[in-house]
Amino acid sequence: MTETAPLPPVRSQWWDVWDQFRQHRGAMIGLGFLIFITLFVIIGPSLWGLDPNETDIRNKNLRPFYTGILSGEKWSWAHPLGSDNLGRDVLANLMQGGQISMAVGWTAMILSLVIGTLVGVLAGFFRRIDGLLMRFTDLVLSLPLLPLLLVMMLLFRDTLRAAFGPETGIFILIVVGIGVTSWMHTARIVRGDVLTIKEREYVLAARSIGTPARRIITRHLLPNVMSPIMVSATLGLASAIITESALSFLGLGFPSDFPTWGKLLFDSVDRMASFPERVIWPGLCISLTVLSVNYIGDGLRDALDPRLRGQ
Amino acid sequence: MLTYTLRRLLLAIPTLLFIALVIFLVLELSPGDPMAEIPLSIPPEVKERMREALGLGQPWYTRFGLWLYQFFVVEPSYWIDAAFGTDLAQGAQRIISFQSRSPVFDIIAERIPQTLWVVGMSYVVGVLLALPIGIYSARYQYSWFDQLGTFISMIGFSVPTFFTGVLLIVIFSVNLGWFPSIYDTTLVVNDWSSFGQQLRQMVMPVFVLALYNAAQISRFMRASMLDNLGQDYVRTARAKGMRERVVVLSHVLRNSMIPVVTVIALGVPQVFGGAIITEQVFKVNGLGQLLILAIHGNDIPMVMTLTFIFAVLIVVFNLIADILYGVLDPRIRYD
Repeated sequence: MTETAPLPPVRSQWWDVWDQFRQHRGAMIGLGFLIFITLFVIIGPSLWGLDPNETDIRNKNLRPFYTGILSGEKWSWAHPLGSDNLGRDVLANLMQGGQISMAVGWTAMILSLVIGTLVGVLAGFFRRIDGLLMRFTDLVLSLPLLPLLLVMMLLFRDTLRAAFGPETGIFILIVVGIGVTSWMHTARIVRGDVLTIKEREYVLAARSIGTPARRIITRHLLPNVMSPIMVSATLGLASAIITESALSFLGLGFPSDFPTWGKLLFDSVDRMASFPERVIWPGLCISLTVLSVNYIGDGLRDALDPRLRGQ
Repeated sequence: MLTYTLRRLLLAIPTLLFIALVIFLVLELSPGDPMAEIPLSIPPEVKERMREALGLGQPWYTRFGLWLYQFFVVEPSYWIDAAFGTDLAQGAQRIISFQSRSPVFDIIAERIPQTLWVVGMSYVVGVLLALPIGIYSARYQYSWFDQLGTFISMIGFSVPTFFTGVLLIVIFSVNLGWFPSIYDTTLVVNDWSSFGQQLRQMVMPVFVLALYNAAQISRFMRASMLDNLGQDYVRTARAKGMRERVVVLSHVLRNSMIPVVTVIALGVPQVFGGAIITEQVFKVNGLGQLLILAIHGNDIPMVMTLTFIFAVLIVVFNLIADILYGVLDPRIRYD
């Protein structure tokens, strides 16, 4: 006679995570801004239509529209954010530069996650190589990474440029450089989690029916270490974008006339007294992107923590 | 504790040797030739002799051994000679910079004061700002002060230092004209006006680095305070009728400081690394700028020595952090 209430539709854990994530206002604003800036750099150039490298010497050194309107200096709607000393459009350069910066950030982040997860899972799962891999991680952590990265940029630049062409070569160099210098924290966190998950009953059960190690890792371990990996993915994206712009800012990044946000900032520093907007816009792009990614990471950490979920 | 310290010290030696080897081998792959700048009219055999004079003719392991010997034996004996007037070095060859032909350590000694002033001061200021902010935010969690602190510290470690620096220069030296945009290292402080000038030129670089450091440390301080504020001993202390001041500032703070102190120690070498960028922005001629110049000029002994010094800093401060942790927290036993 008892009537059972209809079961709620089956929801995966990720829907709960998303519900919790939506509660975090900063993270939602961050996600919105990240989507906006991604569309801005991907679709923007085709909508705006100006070539970032096209020089228009008659319209050089235009001011952005707001200073133009306020102080009556030379400006035009054709270049709403102004143009540089060769008449290249600042807005088009921002979009083009953003494409490179974001591409470097995402690829380097994915590379460092892959290395970090691989090292972490191997060290956590196979006791024999644990000591070796973790000593190696400690060693890499005690290397002075920024100086070494700078040295690497200078040393391998010409070789890679000759092998893959100027832009692709430097792209590979920067991505690999950032990737191999930033995987250590992911590896440590993943190893710690793998060590605890490895002792759970379901892993024992899987082992007892003869599941090979490879399948235990992909089927049982990796899905359960996804949360720390996702959180370190956001941190990795933020730091990769900052490192790339720092390298460009120190003059050891991409070649000139190949804009990234850091490069645009670096090129404009000499004339920032008369044209402050040329440093402020790329700097704002970097800072806001990194800020939004960090807020997403914050929200993700809260959403993925089961103790906080559902409060 | 003592055995642990000794063991860690012994372990640090192979670590440092390995790091030195990695740096040396990376530099060894360098295609950059320090002889590239000399005129073409110099005959090849003279060029070869010049290479010999720079010590480039021998195989890499000989040069690596020589560098180690110079770094760990020759240079310290020169310092001892300079300090006590002895003659231990007996004119042995020091590590010589390719660019300036003078001993690398002399140049480093010239540059260290500027870096220490700016970087050290900014770290001190950052820590002094971060601790009260962290304590107050944790005590009044979710208050407007805490929310504001969270937001500012989020900005502090999201905005790269080269942008904060440039922004400050645009606002305070270009538009307002309050502070100079370039750090004048030739300034000699001998009276009040030059002291004021020194203070004014330090404000911006110190602030940029301090904001970045304070952002991170205040987060740690807050998290650590929050961990401890929920503990039973805090309830006991309050139940005994102790004043809130005493509970927070002497019971909770002392326990919360344990992880924070190690974080502060671990942060010191990173600050030196981060200073590379800030020094470039404000044109401070410290160690960071020296490294950048040496990298651009293919000055391999200089790059090698500076990078290794950064590595030594990292290893030493990791060691200090671990030992401090054991000293401060009696629950931690390494043996």
